[in-house]
Amino acid sequence: MDETSIGWWGVPLAIFAGAIRISTPFLFVSLGEMVTEKSGRINLGLEGTLIMGAMSGYGIAYLTGSPWLGVLVAGLVGIAFGMLHAGICSLPKVNDIAVGIALMLLGTGLAFYLGKPLVQPQAPNLPSINFGWWSDLQQVQSALKINALFIIGVVLAPVFLWALRNTRWGLILRIVGDSSDAARAMGYSPLAVRLAATAFGGFMAGVGGSFLSLYYPGSWNEGLSSGQGITAVALVIFARWNPMNCLWASLLFGGASALGPALQSVGVTQGYYLFNAAPYVLTLLILVLSSSSHRHIAGAPGELSVTR
Amino acid sequence: MTSALVHEPVPPQKAVKLEVVDMSKSFGGIAALASVSLRVEAGSVHALLGENGAGKSTLVKCIMGFYTPDTGAVMVNDKEVEIDNPRQAHMLGIGMVYQHFTLVPSMTVLENLVMGRSHVTAFIDWKKERAELSAFVDSMPFSVPLDLPVASLAAGEKQKAEILKQLYLNARFLILDEPTSVLTPQEADEILGLVRDMAHTGGITVLIITHKFREVLAYADEVSVLRRGHYVGGGKVADLTVDAMAKMMIGERDIAPAATRTERAPGVICLQVRGLTADDENGDAAVNGVDLDVAAGEIVGIAGVSGNGQSELVEVLAGQRPLTGGAITVQGDTYHATRAEMLRHKLALLPEEPLHNACVGRMSVAENMAFRNFDQPPFSKGVWLSKSRMRAEARGLIERYRVKTSSPDAPIATLSGGNVQRAVLARELGGQVDVLVAANPVFGLDFAAVADIHGQIVEARNRGAAVLLVSEDLDELLELSDRILVMFDGKIVYETPIEQADRTNIGRSMAGH
Repeated sequence: MDETSIGWWGVPLAIFAGAIRISTPFLFVSLGEMVTEKSGRINLGLEGTLIMGAMSGYGIAYLTGSPWLGVLVAGLVGIAFGMLHAGICSLPKVNDIAVGIALMLLGTGLAFYLGKPLVQPQAPNLPSINFGWWSDLQQVQSALKINALFIIGVVLAPVFLWALRNTRWGLILRIVGDSSDAARAMGYSPLAVRLAATAFGGFMAGVGGSFLSLYYPGSWNEGLSSGQGITAVALVIFARWNPMNCLWASLLFGGASALGPALQSVGVTQGYYLFNAAPYVLTLLILVLSSSSHRHIAGAPGELSVTR
Repeated sequence: MTSALVHEPVPPQKAVKLEVVDMSKSFGGIAALASVSLRVEAGSVHALLGENGAGKSTLVKCIMGFYTPDTGAVMVNDKEVEIDNPRQAHMLGIGMVYQHFTLVPSMTVLENLVMGRSHVTAFIDWKKERAELSAFVDSMPFSVPLDLPVASLAAGEKQKAEILKQLYLNARFLILDEPTSVLTPQEADEILGLVRDMAHTGGITVLIITHKFREVLAYADEVSVLRRGHYVGGGKVADLTVDAMAKMMIGERDIAPAATRTERAPGVICLQVRGLTADDENGDAAVNGVDLDVAAGEIVGIAGVSGNGQSELVEVLAGQRPLTGGAITVQGDTYHATRAEMLRHKLALLPEEPLHNACVGRMSVAENMAFRNFDQPPFSKGVWLSKSRMRAEARGLIERYRVKTSSPDAPIATLSGGNVQRAVLARELGGQVDVLVAANPVFGLDFAAVADIHGQIVEARNRGAAVLLVSEDLDELLELSDRILVMFDGKIVYETPIEQADRTNIGRSMAGH
């Protein structure tokens, strides 16, 4: 062990590396859920979609030897789950939150059942790009090994922000999410748009899940997800439905999650479990400070059931 | 460009003639329209007059393709046309401005107008669109700010933006559904004047749905009157009197004579509000220091365009919203809108949207009628409630206030709007009332129900109750009030006794001038 050579500098470096690693699934799930919620629907089933994505992506990568094919299939499974959610919600008098909870349980259970044979074998992992070539320090090199999915996610966030303002699809999404009466009067079908938006959210969640099994931690087991899917749904509200805020919120959450392990790596073991709770404490704190009982959440899509 | 091609079927700048022939539509066996025929000449302003539920909305929704009529046809410029959905209506140059605005509140006027087009490019070049739309707006007789979100516009501007959108989409037959219900009299005059001028210069044809005779007389060329789904008369407005139109609208029913306020000297001050402030749900100040007094035996009317703090004021009095400053005094005691205080001071409330604000929809009529006193004897004994007593009491109230319900046990949400309103009225006015707060008490009701409810309110006043009446309908206030206050931007900006009340001055204060 040569941490001692950089001493406490290892802590911010480990938090930086951890923020990127841990935030990637949050980033994908929250960007996808942002699109779903912008259409006026909330999909709580993304936890199940995430785990199904992790299992199926791992299975396909193991069988074909191609991790990217695994990512693609994870996304397709996500689309199927998203369309199932949207399909059920298209029926009259169906509550999107209840359907989401049911699909969360279904996805988790199904993934554990189908994934039993995948616990042992080792599938190929996703590649990462080495941005630390300029440094001689091994810690810097390993911290700057950034996974490819994260880079895609970072590019997607500003693209989404731009698309919501400057493309026909972005504007239709906002119309449907803000006023389905207006959308109908303009000749757009809210149900069809929500179907597409929920399917897209499912795709992103499936991809986010494949990151868990194919990069970090990089194997399949039943304890793989610690609620990333459901947390990401909350992050969207926290991010006020803004894609760039989804990126910052995911990084913040990832960085806070890396605090415990980072401190442990320099020998601080006291309060390890307390530090692991940091992201949740931080989220609660920010939500309490930024909310008010007197006003609606600014920027919320008008048709969203939880904020109406 | 393809977008130009899509609009090709309608030659621009030419008004459309439209005819409805023998149109019928029924819902679940009840005829909403019974073989209605009418003709709207190109370049005219045609009023469609009728009470709520007379079939006006059904008729225009059939024209717009929202509903498929059971029988009948629509002719545009003397050719029979097939309209299966609103998009086809747009193609034929028929556009409608709905009563509930259909612009997307969080988007700017520019975004709304561009997205309203039937063809929008996948990527939007905002610079080019803004330039084109500015040129279009400049060619129109009125303008709206393009870059503000619709939610931040005043009601009159929203209405203009809606009309502008229809004209931008090349509508040459414009249907306006109750276009002035949220406007000040001046805004209404301005907008109706503008569309009339556009019609008379041959640019558009206008069909206005309304129940206000004033607007028909001042702006329409012709009128058609509907009653219970039937066409009952019409013709040139110049040949008709208000009485004749009213008779067509109401038919041979007996309407309770207008309630008369008995002469009485104002009593002691019962309800006193001082420096009241309150926030809306976005946390912004909605009521900005309201002072008012209501004496026993007087009706104080509060006029104003909706959204100027009236709802928040009523909600504070009803205990639905916390006040952020100021004080309310009822009969000399400080009032915090608690249940005990309302009971002690015999304070009654008729909030707007009573089903939403004063009822529990799934509970029975009898239970809803007992909300004020179910925990008092004789309805309660210790922890036990007497359902049979409640039911008996409700039967009496149903009888006395003519609430139409299948039984006292029917869920109140199954009743029609007027009957829910009567049920709440029965609960609130059934006993002795010292203070009454009413907000838009007759919104959406038919003539008979309006006359009935107005009578009850005046009756309560004549018995010595202090009445605060908040309404968006100026005619209602002019008819009932002893004094009229105007609320604008959360403040009382104008006050006049009824003897000196003047529509122009009140209207001007409603607009903040």
